[in-house]
Amino acid sequence: MMHTPPSIELALQGRTTGAVVIGASAGGVNALMSILPALPRGFPIPVIVVLHVMSNRPNQLVEVFQQRMAIPVREAGDKEEVIPGTLYFAPAGYHLLLEHDRSFSLSCDAPLHYARPAIDITMETAADAYGAALAGVLLTGANEDGAAGLAAIGRAGGLTVVQEPRQAQVDVMPLHAIRARQPDLVLPLEEIRRLLLMLENR
Amino acid sequence: MSEEAGPSDVDIEVRILMEAIFLKYSYDFRDYTGASQKRRVLHAMTEMGCSTVSQLQSRVLHEPAAFSQLLQYLTIPVTEMFRDPSYFVSLREHVLPVLSTYPSLKIWVAGCSTGEEVFSLAILLKEEGLLERSIIYATDINPQSLEKAKKGVFPLENMRTYTANYQAAGGQHAFSDYYTAAYSAALFDRSLVENVTFADHSLATDSVFAETQFISCRNVMIYFKKKLQERALGLFHDSLCHRGFLGLGSKESIDFSSYGPRFEVLAKRDRVFRKR
Repeated sequence: MMHTPPSIELALQGRTTGAVVIGASAGGVNALMSILPALPRGFPIPVIVVLHVMSNRPNQLVEVFQQRMAIPVREAGDKEEVIPGTLYFAPAGYHLLLEHDRSFSLSCDAPLHYARPAIDITMETAADAYGAALAGVLLTGANEDGAAGLAAIGRAGGLTVVQEPRQAQVDVMPLHAIRARQPDLVLPLEEIRRLLLMLENR
Repeated sequence: MSEEAGPSDVDIEVRILMEAIFLKYSYDFRDYTGASQKRRVLHAMTEMGCSTVSQLQSRVLHEPAAFSQLLQYLTIPVTEMFRDPSYFVSLREHVLPVLSTYPSLKIWVAGCSTGEEVFSLAILLKEEGLLERSIIYATDINPQSLEKAKKGVFPLENMRTYTANYQAAGGQHAFSDYYTAAYSAALFDRSLVENVTFADHSLATDSVFAETQFISCRNVMIYFKKKLQERALGLFHDSLCHRGFLGLGSKESIDFSSYGPRFEVLAKRDRVFRKR
């Protein structure tokens, strides 16, 4: 029998997705720019992005992305309910956590992998809150953050997706994630964009 | 349709652990936010050589020393001097000019951890000529943190960041004027904390102890569930004098609290409020 890589269609069969968590570091803004603006108005799922940024200084991520997006873009706020069809960014200088009641909380705990926000913390707590109804996507980056978080999503039965390392601007983060636990899908950005549009929340 | 994941065994164990701690030691962590509490407990569990949270609970219940060890993980002190420098700029602009009209001042730093915020505020008050007539209450639930705070010794390697923060906060001197470097430590000027009372106080279980003109409580309430946030804000509201000031962490909000309408916003981005 010929071995064919699992298709997006196959990986999505029977899945219901309550939230998407995307992690990225070096090269992340460009990568996000090529997948997120495709999300249409009325997109049924919240998208939560953890991007490594300089802490201690405000960044313009929300403004920059809102200009190109049809769905609302916000910085995730402490104790705020997660609203479907919204793109959230983790605030600089804080870890972003998901609670069981599907609200956000923030913490000032020490940086993890030199990062605050750390992708691992958001992904692990989101896996706890959403279980199998979570999709995790890890993109370009020069750091091992995200590998443990994506593995936690996989163990909880969620969908795990890693950017094709050869296409990533920096392949360290995707390679770490693939080594930590074989993801469901390894895809180039165009395919990740297509995948996001196929997610359903029935 | 989306279904929530129910409580896992670990979630149940963590909850029972918090009940046990409350019953045995009167420390109330039951209304702390779940996700970060669970992370801290699991970290402590590993570091303390336990294989389950139940095992950790058994040790904590039977060995008081194990509880004080766990307490260090549950209240991980992570703070820096002049964190969010613009907060201090706002205090200089909006708060200190009013405070300077009082003959004597009482200031409460709630959740002072290892003291970085206390020393930062003391420096600010000194530069505005208010330190000598101020009494600062610096409170925390972690006795080991309070001991560290009293010493005023911080890692020398942090001074570069703190100096940059201090300058961005509108500092008027050389930051190194305030400490003596010795080996890998920076010993801060004792006179800064001459009028500071370091005390054990819990926002979860204790009550108001003094009337104050200004309360700074930053990045403490993010670890609280709404119910406990409400309790803490109630204490602050009751402690503050008429038209007293409240400073919170840069991502903390009173918008959704019943106390929201009882404060006016002085500096939205820097989270500086004034009691109506």
